[in-house]
Amino acid sequence: MNIVPELYQLLLVVALFCQSLGDGKGSETPPAERWLPFFAAFGVFVNIAAFKAEGLLFGGVYKVDALSQFFKLAISAGFYVAVLNAARQPSLEERKRPDYFMFLALCAWGLMLLSSAVELITIYIALELSSYSLYAVIPLRGREKGAAEAGIKYILFGAVATALALYGFSYILASQNTSYIAQLAQRTWTWEAQPMAVVGLTLFMGGMFFKLALFPFHFWCPDVYQGASNETAGFAATLPKLGAAVVLVRLAALLKPGLEITTLIAVLGGLSMTFGNLCALAQKDVKRLLGFSSVAHAGYMMVGLVSGTALGLSAAAFYALAYVAMNLLCFWVISRVASDGRNLQLDDLNGLYKRAPGLAFALAVGAFALVGLPPTMGFMGKFFLIAAAWDHGYNWLVITLVVNSAIAIYYYLSLVRHAYTHEAGENAPVPDTSAFSVCGAGVLAAVVLVLGMAPARVFDYAILAGRQLLP
Amino acid sequence: MDFGYPVLTSLIVFPLVAAAGLFLIKSPQVARVYTMGASILELILGLPLLTFKFIPDWQFVERAAWVPQWGLQYHLALDGISYLMILLTLAVLPLCVLCSWTYISKRVKEFHFCLLFMTSACVGVFSALDLVLFYVFWEAMLIPMYLLIAVWGGDQRRYASLKFFLYTLAGSTLLLAAIVAFRVTGGTFSIPELMQQSFSFRFQFWAFLAMALAFAIKVPMFPFHTWLPAAHVQAPSAGSVILAAVLLKMGTYGFLRFCLPLTPAASEYFAPMMVAISIASILYGGAVALGQEDIKKLVAYSSVGHMGFVTLGIFLFNVRGVEGALFQMLNHGIVTGALFMMIGTVYERSHSRAISDNMGLGKYLPAFMGFWGLYALASFGFPGTNGFVGEMLVFTGAFQQSYVVGGLLVPGALLGAAYMFRVSLKMAWGRPGTAKGWRDLNTREWTYLIIPAVFVLYIGLAPKVFFDVIDPSVAKLLGDFNGRKTVQTAQAAAAPAAVAQAVVAAAAPSEAEAPADASATAQPVNN
Repeated sequence: MNIVPELYQLLLVVALFCQSLGDGKGSETPPAERWLPFFAAFGVFVNIAAFKAEGLLFGGVYKVDALSQFFKLAISAGFYVAVLNAARQPSLEERKRPDYFMFLALCAWGLMLLSSAVELITIYIALELSSYSLYAVIPLRGREKGAAEAGIKYILFGAVATALALYGFSYILASQNTSYIAQLAQRTWTWEAQPMAVVGLTLFMGGMFFKLALFPFHFWCPDVYQGASNETAGFAATLPKLGAAVVLVRLAALLKPGLEITTLIAVLGGLSMTFGNLCALAQKDVKRLLGFSSVAHAGYMMVGLVSGTALGLSAAAFYALAYVAMNLLCFWVISRVASDGRNLQLDDLNGLYKRAPGLAFALAVGAFALVGLPPTMGFMGKFFLIAAAWDHGYNWLVITLVVNSAIAIYYYLSLVRHAYTHEAGENAPVPDTSAFSVCGAGVLAAVVLVLGMAPARVFDYAILAGRQLLP
Repeated sequence: MDFGYPVLTSLIVFPLVAAAGLFLIKSPQVARVYTMGASILELILGLPLLTFKFIPDWQFVERAAWVPQWGLQYHLALDGISYLMILLTLAVLPLCVLCSWTYISKRVKEFHFCLLFMTSACVGVFSALDLVLFYVFWEAMLIPMYLLIAVWGGDQRRYASLKFFLYTLAGSTLLLAAIVAFRVTGGTFSIPELMQQSFSFRFQFWAFLAMALAFAIKVPMFPFHTWLPAAHVQAPSAGSVILAAVLLKMGTYGFLRFCLPLTPAASEYFAPMMVAISIASILYGGAVALGQEDIKKLVAYSSVGHMGFVTLGIFLFNVRGVEGALFQMLNHGIVTGALFMMIGTVYERSHSRAISDNMGLGKYLPAFMGFWGLYALASFGFPGTNGFVGEMLVFTGAFQQSYVVGGLLVPGALLGAAYMFRVSLKMAWGRPGTAKGWRDLNTREWTYLIIPAVFVLYIGLAPKVFFDVIDPSVAKLLGDFNGRKTVQTAQAAAAPAAVAQAVVAAAAPSEAEAPADASATAQPVNN
């Protein structure tokens, strides 16, 4: 019974599917957004219960281990927050709600499978499963053309990226004669010995980079965030990154420092953070700004992956978790501030501290965490990355990271600056200051702060996961 | 020693708890009284600190694992170098509350929240003995300071606060890289343990540069000082007071705590540069202060000059120099803090910081002008005030080092007198504008102005107890420094001394050689 969390999630998907079949009129069932939060919360407990599970299933393609359970727990917790966040979505029609939540649940299910997949085809299928449901969710925003455009962009980019991944997979299979990661880890991955395999792996990883929005696979990211509704963007910005991160952490077991492919990833990471941060400097739309910021954060994550040590992988896993927590917090605030479902501009945040002090404080915590200031999770994550990567051949990347943190201050700070130092103008959105909204922001902010001050317990699990991959 | 509770931790945690309690309060007046009470309680919690022993060892040690996977520790302790800074931090808090009693009228709760948060972070910075713990406090302190300037500041507060934040954070990101490099090379984040190790010169070279950049921006040293006038002018009085009294000291504290003990050879190598920059800061700060029309800007630039004395004293590497630096840190905290409070006091009456709007106060605000005169005298080091002790020590150290350095300081000190006299004369006897209708100091203002005045005279007339506090630690610091520098630069120590002197045996062997000589030999030996 190692796969109870997955089965439970599948159950949710099926239930939502059944509900989506009816027209919802005059039925006895409460609407999806009513009951789903409770069941999603229960899912978190299911994952906690299955936390220590281990096993290799389905002919060795599906591995339940510390890493997968760590990520599954994070995914289920993220799913719970995302469902709560989306429950009051103003731009979503009533009759589309069951479908919307079904796709969210399906995507989360795909990501859970992704965190356990240890074979390339399995990875590919799980990846597609999570991507396809997102393709369907993104355009669901009233009748907005922008959302449709974002959906199309996401599909096109996704299709190309996954096609490339599949193409790369064929190269790997042809040259290394196996698709199991455990066996692939035994093979050589130098350019001289296996040029075909190196090209193949690079292309395959491209598929993950697309999910993670790493430069140069990031072009969809700001557009999709901007086009999709706030709540959908909050989902698309967080959970899929966890799925991509877990696969990359597994694949990173193949990457020894000094290999060409490792260097390539390091270079992409460096470019990604620099490019993302520089572009974010000029943004006025809050979600677009966060889109470019996630391009930069994808680059930061690479720092842990290229170090080639168990600590590095644990640091990357921890950072992925931190990233998701910080972004869920920021998107929670954005969704609550834009209670009419509009796209927030920086100027819309003006004077937030007067209109909604609790939300403004939470936004400040989120922004300072994204900068990487102590005492937040963002700082600890970044610190672990730097400490793990120093002296493993990529010191220039570490320096790039710290310089980039300095660049990034400006735009994150502008969130705080607008919220705290400007006075509200005309047509400012009316934030939702209900207890639900403020408590949610408070709890998420507390998570970001507490895990920033006392990360030892959580990091223990991350390290357990890292040691399994690179003993 | 056991006091029944962990002293340093409680000094860090109590303000945070008190700050959280602020959210339960509705009325601004109650918030002020509450914070005043909290700041006095904080002082009472700090009473055990008075049992500080005059020895060079770490005292009030607290140690616990924090993130064992990475070897991070929660390690706090004090020595003579940090002790006075902690006392200064604790003393500044109630003064800040008092001096913003009427000055701050909007968002009072949040203002006091920032003050308390700030105090907590500052105590943490001065007592942390784990590099990462230090960094956490060091960065955490940026947030309340940013908000103090950005929310309660003057017209250009957004510009000033952003500049402050960008400068300091940009500097300290490289400090983080250096911290990690220390861990990877030295195997620990613990500062006392790292002090025992010696690193290759190449490593020290880069580590020193990364740390020195962060600290030089914080001090601030010329040419990294441009954020300071903007921040000071825009910040509210209490913000300026904390900035001047405590924040700037963190930079010089960093030099003493990290650069000298951890990278002695590189400190020696870069000393001529640091000395040159310090002198440039003194002369530049003084000269620019002379031309200011805005009182607050004038005092801000004078800070650049005064902090130049501190960094100069540190990089002289002799006992008098370092003692002088520590005294200057304390004095600058007291005197400049007091001057900023006075500017706030007069600003509440004239609503202008321009000298021309605040003239002729001698007749109408005699008590105010009396205090101003005292602090102005202390600021340029008039005998009998605390400023004299610090400046004289630095002068002594400088002349021990070389006549050139000492000679260059003289115009700096004269400039100090010149700009302080210029502004004081105008304020006291200039043609009064609207000053006729202003009232003189009230009881609250008397209270917060007289406390620093007591210390100005006390340190000025009877500095012995302060020497008792700092001397053992300074002797140990320089003893270690010279010992490890001599290992690194064996040939340099054998070189003939340039100036004959012997002040204190512990520091005597090699402090007389000109820095240039040492650096010339330092590099080949270690590469």
